[in-house]
Amino acid sequence: MTARTATGEVELIEVGGGDRGPASAESRPGRGGDGGAAPLFPQRIYISGIVLALAAMLMFFMALASAYVVRKGLSGDWIPLGLPRILWLNTAVIIVSSLTIERARRLLAPQAAGLRGFRGWPRRWRGWWGLTTALGVAFLVGQLIAWQQLAAAGIYLATNPSSSFFYLITTAHGIHLLGGLVALSVVGFRSWPAEARVNHSTAVTVSAIYWHFLGALWVFLFLLLLVGR
Amino acid sequence: MATEAHPLVHEAPQGFVWKYIFSKDHKVIGIQYLLLAMVSVVIGMYLSVLMRFHLAWPNAKLPFSDDIMTSEHYLALMTMHGTIMVFFVLTTAPQSGFGNYFLPIQIGAADMAFPTLNMLSFWFTFVSLMVMVAAFFVTGGAPISGWTAYAPLSALGEIAGPGLGLGQTLWIFSLAIFCGASLMGSLNFITTTLDLRARGMSLMRMPLTVWAWFITAILMLLAFAVLLAAGVLLLLDRLAATSFFIPGGLVVSDQLIAHQGGSPLLWQHLLWFFGHPEVYIAILPGMGIVSHVISCFSRKPIFGYRAMVYALFAIALLGLMVWGHHMFVSGMSPYSAFAFSLLTMCIGVPSAIKTFNWIGTLWGGKIRFTTAMLFAIGFVSVFISGGLGGIFLAQPTVDIFLHDTYFVVGHFHLTMGVAAIFGMFAGTYFWFPKMFGRFMNESLGKLHFWISFIGIYAIFMPMHFIGLAGHPRRYADTTGVDFLAEMNPVHLFITIVALVTVGVQIVFFLNFFWSMRKGKKAEINPWHATTLEWTVSSPPPHDNFAGRPPTIYRGAYEYSVPGAPQDYSPQHVPEGVSAPVSDR
Ligand code: HEM
Ligand SMILES: [Cu+2]
Repeated sequence: MTARTATGEVELIEVGGGDRGPASAESRPGRGGDGGAAPLFPQRIYISGIVLALAAMLMFFMALASAYVVRKGLSGDWIPLGLPRILWLNTAVIIVSSLTIERARRLLAPQAAGLRGFRGWPRRWRGWWGLTTALGVAFLVGQLIAWQQLAAAGIYLATNPSSSFFYLITTAHGIHLLGGLVALSVVGFRSWPAEARVNHSTAVTVSAIYWHFLGALWVFLFLLLLVGR
Repeated sequence: MATEAHPLVHEAPQGFVWKYIFSKDHKVIGIQYLLLAMVSVVIGMYLSVLMRFHLAWPNAKLPFSDDIMTSEHYLALMTMHGTIMVFFVLTTAPQSGFGNYFLPIQIGAADMAFPTLNMLSFWFTFVSLMVMVAAFFVTGGAPISGWTAYAPLSALGEIAGPGLGLGQTLWIFSLAIFCGASLMGSLNFITTTLDLRARGMSLMRMPLTVWAWFITAILMLLAFAVLLAAGVLLLLDRLAATSFFIPGGLVVSDQLIAHQGGSPLLWQHLLWFFGHPEVYIAILPGMGIVSHVISCFSRKPIFGYRAMVYALFAIALLGLMVWGHHMFVSGMSPYSAFAFSLLTMCIGVPSAIKTFNWIGTLWGGKIRFTTAMLFAIGFVSVFISGGLGGIFLAQPTVDIFLHDTYFVVGHFHLTMGVAAIFGMFAGTYFWFPKMFGRFMNESLGKLHFWISFIGIYAIFMPMHFIGLAGHPRRYADTTGVDFLAEMNPVHLFITIVALVTVGVQIVFFLNFFWSMRKGKKAEINPWHATTLEWTVSSPPPHDNFAGRPPTIYRGAYEYSVPGAPQDYSPQHVPEGVSAPVSDR
C-alpha cells in the first residue's frame, strides 16, 4: 500500500485502517486462499453486483405480483385459470436443480481453498454442473409444454386477465432463466482445470446465487398463480 | 497473477473511438452524460418556450411558422418537455453525469466497479433519447398523454388522439430502455461505493456527495424496476390486446373499445410508486453537491454530518411510501389518504433537518460568494419555497382543490426542476476547474445566477397564485373561459420573464464552452477544498491516482480545524503534517 506524504514522496506503509475497502490490486496479498495468488476483491464486487441485480429483479416481479393482486381484486371479469398439471413437475425440476447446483458449488469450494486433492474433482464437478444445466433446459421445455396445453384449450394471452398474467409471468421468469442457462453453459464450457480457479469459483458462486434465486422466485410465482387463482 | 490483466488496473485506451466514444473511463462517461443532458435541456427548453409563447399569445402564429398551435400540438410539446426534462436532464446530469465523474475519485478508486457495464448504461441512455426524439417524427407525432402517461389514454392507441399511436409506443420503448440503463448504472454506483473505497475511507468519512449518489442509486435500483414492469404491462395493452389498464365500456371517437375490466388506477399506483422516488432521484444528488459546496465556501465543517446522512436515508425510505399523495382525487379511501398524507408530511422532518444544517453551516462562516456558492444558496432557497408548497398539497382536503392546478406546476418546478438544476449549476461552476483545468468566468457566472434566481421566482411564484385561483394545468387555451381569460396578463408576464431567463442560460453555455479553451488556468486545488478529487491533476489521469490509491486519514469536511496550519485539512493528509502535497 502506498501513500503520499507531506514531502510528496511515495512511501510504502503498512495499512490497518479503512473499514474494509482493499484499495489496490497489486499490493494486496491473496486472501482468497488460492495459493496466495488471486485477490479476493474481484469476487466481492461480483457478489455485490449479483445481489443488487437480484434486488432489482425482485422489485420487478413484485410489481407484477402486486399488479396481479390489484387487477384481480378490482375487477369483475376475472376467470380463475386452471393451471396445467405439468407445472408441478416443472416446479419439482427447478427445486432439484437448485440442489444439484449447490452440490457442484460445494465441490468446488474446498478445491478453491486448496483443502482437498485436485484429482478427480473436475469431472464430478462437471457432472453436477451439467446436470443442473440439463434440468434448467427441462424446466423451460416443461413451461413451453404448459403453454402449448393452454393454447390447445383455446386460452391465449388476451383471453382473460388471469391468462394474461400467466403468460406474462412465466415469460418474464423464463427469460431470466434463459439468461441463467447461458451463464451455466459458459461457466461449464470453461470449466477445464487449468483455468484460473478463483475467478472461476467467483463465476460459479455468482451463477449459483442467481440460480437459487430463480428457483425460489418460481416457487413464489407458482404459489401466487395457484393460490391466488 | 501480478502480470495478468487485472480487472481494476486499466490500461489507457488508444485511438479516438475508444478514448472518447466507446470509452470505459468513468470520467469520459461522466462527460458524455453531461453533454447528453445539455443537448436534452436545450430541446426541453425550446419546447417550453413554444408552450409559453402560445399561452401568452394564444391567437398568434408561432415564430417561424404559419400555424397557430393546436391544443393537441400543445399537449405533445408538454408531454415531451416533461419527459425529456425529468429523465434525460434531471435524472441524467446530477446522478449519472457528476456521479460518474466524481464518485470514484472521491472514494479513491481507479474507476467504477464494472467499467463495461458503465459504458453500456451510457449507450442505452443515448439510444433511449434517440427513440424518444424519434416520436416527434413519426406519423401522428409525439404522444399527448403527459409525462405520467395516465391510462387509459396512453393505453388505447391511435384512436384516442394524435401521437397516441406509434408516438406513444416509442415513448414507452424509450423509457423501457432508460430503465435498463438506470438499473445498470445504479448497480455500478452501489457496488463501487461499497467495495472500492480506498484505505481509511470509512463510510462516515465519505463526502456527502458520495452519500447522495449512493442513496439515489438505491432508489433508482428499486424504482426503475417497477417502472419497467409498468411499461411492459402498458405495452401489452397496446400491442397484445390485453386489458390491464383499459376498463370495459369505453367509447372513444364513437367507437366501443373491445377491452374490458382493466384498472386505470393500477397504472397510477405503479407509475407513482416509481414517480415519487423519481423526484428524489432528481434532487438528492443536488443536495449532496450543495452540502459539499456550502461547507467548502463557508470554510466550516458541514453542520451535523451524521444527521445529513441519516436525513438522506430517511428521505429515501419515506419517499418509497408516499406515492399515494399524487392520487388523492382518485377516489381512494379517506383512510389511505390520511396515511399517505401523514407519511408525506413526515418527509418534511428530514427535509427540514437538511435545511437547518445548511443554514447552520453558513452561520458564522467565512463565506466566499463564488458563483458555485450562490447557486448552492439559491438551491436552499428554492427548496424551502417549493417544499412549503408541498406541505399544502400534502393535505388531502386542500389537494382536492389544488390538484391539477398550476399550484402543482409551480410546486414541482421549484423543487424538482429549479432546485435540481441549481444543484447542477453549483456542481458545474465548482468542478469545472477539475474537469477542464480552467475556471469558468465568475462575472458572467454571477450575472447568470442573479437573473436566473430572480427569473425563476418570477416565473413559478405567480403559478402558485393562479393555481390558488383555480387555473387548471395542461390547458392549451385559456381564452374561452372567462375566469381564466382574466388571468391572461399573468401568463403574459410569466412568458416574458421566461424568455429573459432562458436567454441568460445562453450566457451560461457560452461561458461553459468558452472557458473550456480560454478560461483562467486553475491549479490542482483552487478552492482549497479537502476531498480527494482536489489531490489529482486537472483533469485527472486515466486511472485517477496513477496506480497509487490514497490512504485517508480524516473526514471529508475538516475546514478551519483549530490548530491546523491552514483552514482546510485534506482527507489524505495525516494528523500533524503541515501541508498537503497537492498544493506545492
Ligand atoms: C416536504 C416536501 C414535499 C411535499 C410534502 C410534497 C407533496 C406533494 C404532493 C402532495 C403532490 C401532489 C399534488 C397533486 O398532484 O395534486 C406533489 C406533487 C409533486 N411534487 Fe412534491 N412534495 C414535496 C417536495 C417535493 C420535492 C423535493 C420534489 C422534487 C424534487 C417534488 C416533486 C413533485 C412533483 C414532480 C410533483 C408533481 C408531479 C405531477 O403531477 O406531474 N416535491 N408534491
Ligand atoms: Cu410525490
